[in-house]
Amino acid sequence: MAQLTIDNVSKVFGSTSVLQDISIEIDAGEFLVLVGPSGCGKSTLLNMVAGLLTISGGQIRFDGDRIDNLEPKDRNIAMVFQSYALYPAMSVEKNMAFPLRMAGFSKEDQTQKVQEVADLLQISHLLKRKPAALSGGQRQRVAMGRALVRDPKLFLFDEPLSNLDAKLRVDMRTEIKRLHQRLGTTILYVTHDQVEAMTMATRIAVMEGGIVQQFGTPAEIYDHPANTFVATFMGSPAMNLIDAVVSPDQQHLQIGAVNVPMPPGVKAPAAGTKVKLGLRPEWFGVGDKAEGTFDMPVRVDLIEPTGPDMYVSVKLDGQSVMTRLPAGSDVTQNSDCTLRVALDKAPIFDAETGLALYA
Amino acid sequence: MSVEVTNPRSGRAIANRIMVYTFLLLAAALFLMPLAAMVFTSLKSMPEITGAVGFENNTILTPPRAPTLEAWSTAWSSACIAVACDGLRVYFWNSIVMVVFAVTLSVGLGAVNGYILAKWRFRGDNIIFGMLLFGCFIPFQIVLIPMARLLGILDMAGTLSGLIFVHMCYGIPFTTLFFRNFYVTIPDELIKAGRIDGAGFWSIFLLILVPVSWPIFVVSIIWQFTNVWNDFLFGASFAGADARPLMVALNNLVNTSTGTKAYNVDMAGAMIAALPTILVYVVGGRYFVRGLTSGAVKG
Ligand SMILES: Nc1ncnc2c1ncn2[C@@H]1O[C@H](COP(=O)(O)OP(=O)(O)OP(=O)(O)O)[C@@H](O)[C@H]1O
Ligand SMILES: [Mg+2]
Repeated sequence: MAQLTIDNVSKVFGSTSVLQDISIEIDAGEFLVLVGPSGCGKSTLLNMVAGLLTISGGQIRFDGDRIDNLEPKDRNIAMVFQSYALYPAMSVEKNMAFPLRMAGFSKEDQTQKVQEVADLLQISHLLKRKPAALSGGQRQRVAMGRALVRDPKLFLFDEPLSNLDAKLRVDMRTEIKRLHQRLGTTILYVTHDQVEAMTMATRIAVMEGGIVQQFGTPAEIYDHPANTFVATFMGSPAMNLIDAVVSPDQQHLQIGAVNVPMPPGVKAPAAGTKVKLGLRPEWFGVGDKAEGTFDMPVRVDLIEPTGPDMYVSVKLDGQSVMTRLPAGSDVTQNSDCTLRVALDKAPIFDAETGLALYA
Repeated sequence: MSVEVTNPRSGRAIANRIMVYTFLLLAAALFLMPLAAMVFTSLKSMPEITGAVGFENNTILTPPRAPTLEAWSTAWSSACIAVACDGLRVYFWNSIVMVVFAVTLSVGLGAVNGYILAKWRFRGDNIIFGMLLFGCFIPFQIVLIPMARLLGILDMAGTLSGLIFVHMCYGIPFTTLFFRNFYVTIPDELIKAGRIDGAGFWSIFLLILVPVSWPIFVVSIIWQFTNVWNDFLFGASFAGADARPLMVALNNLVNTSTGTKAYNVDMAGAMIAALPTILVYVVGGRYFVRGLTSGAVKG
């Protein structure tokens, strides 16, 4: 049985509908990431699971039991907030002990549990300090510590890393993932950063406009995006969507004068249908032709070196295409060249609906 | 905050300094003059005040030549106010009781109101807030008669509790406004975190918010203390003979004339009446400014 079931849940604020018919199911021990652009309703959904917002329709079940009518404290959950929400007047120790204190644990139990978690998170030396005297990363740890002390069945994270600098963010990302592997607790994690989603999740729900655009494992989401929104949202630089027309023999896609073979995994629509061909920047390369690749004549527009790679913006029949090539690739700005592109995973999308057309 | 003078030794900088200090000293002297006159007069004997033989050429600002605390002790314990000649001490005590209860109640209730209005949504919350805000703008005089009637119905007319009740009612709109505006600057996530951690309505208020609210408590207490202590109108209107606060008694003391006016006793009485307010400002003034300017509490 699924551990957390979000069943047809919706949310209406006044007359604006913010979430529509959200359905997600995850098993115990999974790491579910809700990802999507700002304002798509991620926090709203998380707050409804937490019990901080009422739901307007549907059900939320935990281990089969309805929890959407319970108080937050009775849901066996813990939450880490974007601003950490540490109690300013309490020391780190008091902050971490607070959930235990509210639950009526004895002083000794509180101290022992706090010590255990503090050791786990390596914050024992900070226990006497006030939150104001901590760095952002330390506050982050304390907030996690406060969530951990209660041994909740479900952790909720609302963009916990967005206030940290780039390096710390990467470190904490690794740390949260390690913690998850070690404790095995189910996690529901909200972010708008698709890299965080890809690296940490066991399952991802990509949200936009109040609905779940796609729900699946990171590999499914990345390799088989369900529509153009998911395709361009996940991955950096974003997947290119190239306007094309299905050739009369349905074996090719016509991009202006260029004839690209129909990718293997797609269901070719009727001849003459307008589609979008999805090409990830990293599928491009220079050098010898290999099995399953296609040689594409392009004009180099702009070269941006990033260190290991270079982002090369090219023009293909007038359409801009972003490619990612190994550093030192033999390309020159404002000159014509031939790039080979691997088409084995390339999706195509209906130009009208934006839905992927897989075989 | 201090402004660094780039080159302290330059002549212009020194000249500027001197000008600034001169101006400030003059301003301070000007503001202190009435106080000096009061203190001096209260320490003089009547002949010295009236410029009798031996004390010629005295002005109100001449320091006392033979200082005496007699006027203070008279004002405190034996000056005649209306018919009784027991000084101000009874009324001082009335005022203390009044101010302690009125301030505690209005600040306490204002804090809870502010917490609810800032952090909990309920039907009609904005209307209630609007009405409370409106309460801040009602002039004292308008409520006198309805309030007298209400006190009569509550059987509190002429009592100290009645007076405390009036001050509490009149203070709540202000304290509510202060606390509400303070609490809206505190992130909602703190409340959410509290709810998830199992804290209820009161635990969140008492354990999480109150400990960070001291600046606004100081502001509200000083505000309320000053208003209640210095109030004359309500005291004169609603307090019976036994419950008269100090300000009303002081007025009566000054207006009770038997023969010559005892200016020294009047001044001593006024000083006694002003001391608690001065004390509150000296103790709390630093926090008052900080409380007025303090913004959100960063977690
Ligand atoms: N109390 C409310 N009343 C009306 N609309 C609201 C309310 N709370 C949120 N919304 C709206 O609901 C939508 C979703 O908000 P939500 O906070 O869930 O977005 P989000 O996905 O978490 O965005 P972000 O990444 O910026 O945090 C937004 O359009 C927001 O304006
Ligand atoms: Mg959000």
